[in-house]
Amino acid sequence: MLEIQNLTFDVDSDGSNKEIIRDISFQIPDNKMIVITGPNGGGKSTLARLIAGIEKPTSGRILLDGEDITNMSITDRAKTGIGYAFQQPVRFKGIQVLDLIRLASGNKKLSAADACIYLSKVGLCARDYIDREVNASLSGGELKRIEIATVLAKAPRISLFDEPEAGIDLWSFQNLIEVFEEIRKGIHDSSVLIISHQERILNIADEILVIRDGHLAAQGPKDEILPGLIGTTAAIPGCVKSGDTVNI
Amino acid sequence: MLQIRELDEIQKRLLKEVADLHKVPEGAFNIRANGESAGRVSTENIEIIPKEGGSGLDIRIKPGTKNESVHIPVVLTKSGLTEVVYNDFYIGENADVIIVAGCGIDNCGPKDSQHDGIHRFYVGKGAKVRYVEKHYGSGNGAGKRILNPGTEVYMEEDSYAEMEMVQIKGVDDTNRTTTAELAAGAKLVVRERLMTHGEQNAISTYVVNMNGEGCSADVVSRSVARDNSYQKFDAKLVGNAACNGHTECDSIIMDQGRILAVPGLEANNVEAALVHEAAIGKIAGDQLIKLMTLGLTEQEAEEQIINGFLK
Repeated sequence: MLEIQNLTFDVDSDGSNKEIIRDISFQIPDNKMIVITGPNGGGKSTLARLIAGIEKPTSGRILLDGEDITNMSITDRAKTGIGYAFQQPVRFKGIQVLDLIRLASGNKKLSAADACIYLSKVGLCARDYIDREVNASLSGGELKRIEIATVLAKAPRISLFDEPEAGIDLWSFQNLIEVFEEIRKGIHDSSVLIISHQERILNIADEILVIRDGHLAAQGPKDEILPGLIGTTAAIPGCVKSGDTVNI
Repeated sequence: MLQIRELDEIQKRLLKEVADLHKVPEGAFNIRANGESAGRVSTENIEIIPKEGGSGLDIRIKPGTKNESVHIPVVLTKSGLTEVVYNDFYIGENADVIIVAGCGIDNCGPKDSQHDGIHRFYVGKGAKVRYVEKHYGSGNGAGKRILNPGTEVYMEEDSYAEMEMVQIKGVDDTNRTTTAELAAGAKLVVRERLMTHGEQNAISTYVVNMNGEGCSADVVSRSVARDNSYQKFDAKLVGNAACNGHTECDSIIMDQGRILAVPGLEANNVEAALVHEAAIGKIAGDQLIKLMTLGLTEQEAEEQIINGFLK
């Protein structure tokens, strides 16, 4: 279980103190998928970066299975069980998809065949990608899938996905929804936290948190929270194929 | 077959580093150790003939020779040894061969050790050659390990040359000069990989003259400068005909390293299409963070990024 206790994060902006995250507390129990939503600029990505250790909180605590990880480095947190998929995946000249999946899995000798399993899970034809470099020759959608595959290969206790829909076209996102539906089904002794505005992602959540102006504005089971979000920017309907019926 | 003069353990290690040789290579070869030939074998199609006075070799590859290789590694383990070697490669029409060169210096003594290898390639019509040259230095003596390779490439019509030049470790001073003359339809591909550290200096200069219609050149350097090292990459493409030229210098700078990239293009024909790209920068913070979120330490992440970049 991940526990966030009274987390606050301030930055110095033009000489004045600006609160990005204000006294947020919540828990992510095991075997749950939690989706965080809310307006842009509300602090969602900062919260994910605080959990991953990329930013250090001004005050408050982060506990994983009762262990205080607030002051742990990014590396130690990763080793303890935090996985993090970037909103904008990083490109590397010369590093191949197989290299990245091996690093993520912690097994330098992971066979190409085993690495391919993770690529197949994110809907990529594995043999076409395993030897590709993780560089600018990949499209945004391809990179996003590879990014997700690295988190799957890492198999962390807590998986954080920061706006998986950002930067990819809505048609590619249609397929990504299926990936997250599969992840939802496969949760076992772990939990998943997704930052998203997409209604279809919100729809597969066990619980939804709404973060606005750095505050936790609402929290509860999907069936309670989602109806109040429909029609706002916190829940954008997915791309609709002709012939589909979508209730908005 | 000729006997191979017994090499010592250091020489064997150097051979492994520069030519990936664990034993006597297949095909034609000449191994030069401390200024003398330690073994030489010619084949039916590839003849290795020493020049008079031991100043180098003539390597003659018969026209039409396919899928054969030549290994000509050099190892130096004697401190203070300075040598200039001229090797000339005559690659017959329509041949298709691999040439593996490379030089390893181990200098444990107080004096500088230096090997200046001048390689001239005469690539015949329609011939295809892949050339691999690795440089490596080791030993902790005060004497420098110096390598100054000079490469001249003369390419006839529709020939193809791919040159992979690698220097990753241990060479204190390098001044590399590569010149090429391309006839119609010839294609030159150069891939240079360089890492300097400590107080090392590395200068690499290219002048590629594209003289014939439809010829092309692609010269790409990837380098990493660490510690207090200095690199200069000076690549000039000259388009004298309807041709395509591309040069790229992509560098990672670390610590107090310094890099000067001087891409040069000269078009003397309205149909010449020439492009250069140059980028120098430190390792991106996001790259380090991504690998750290996978459980690597910052140092391990840095190593992975550099290894990938220079792969």
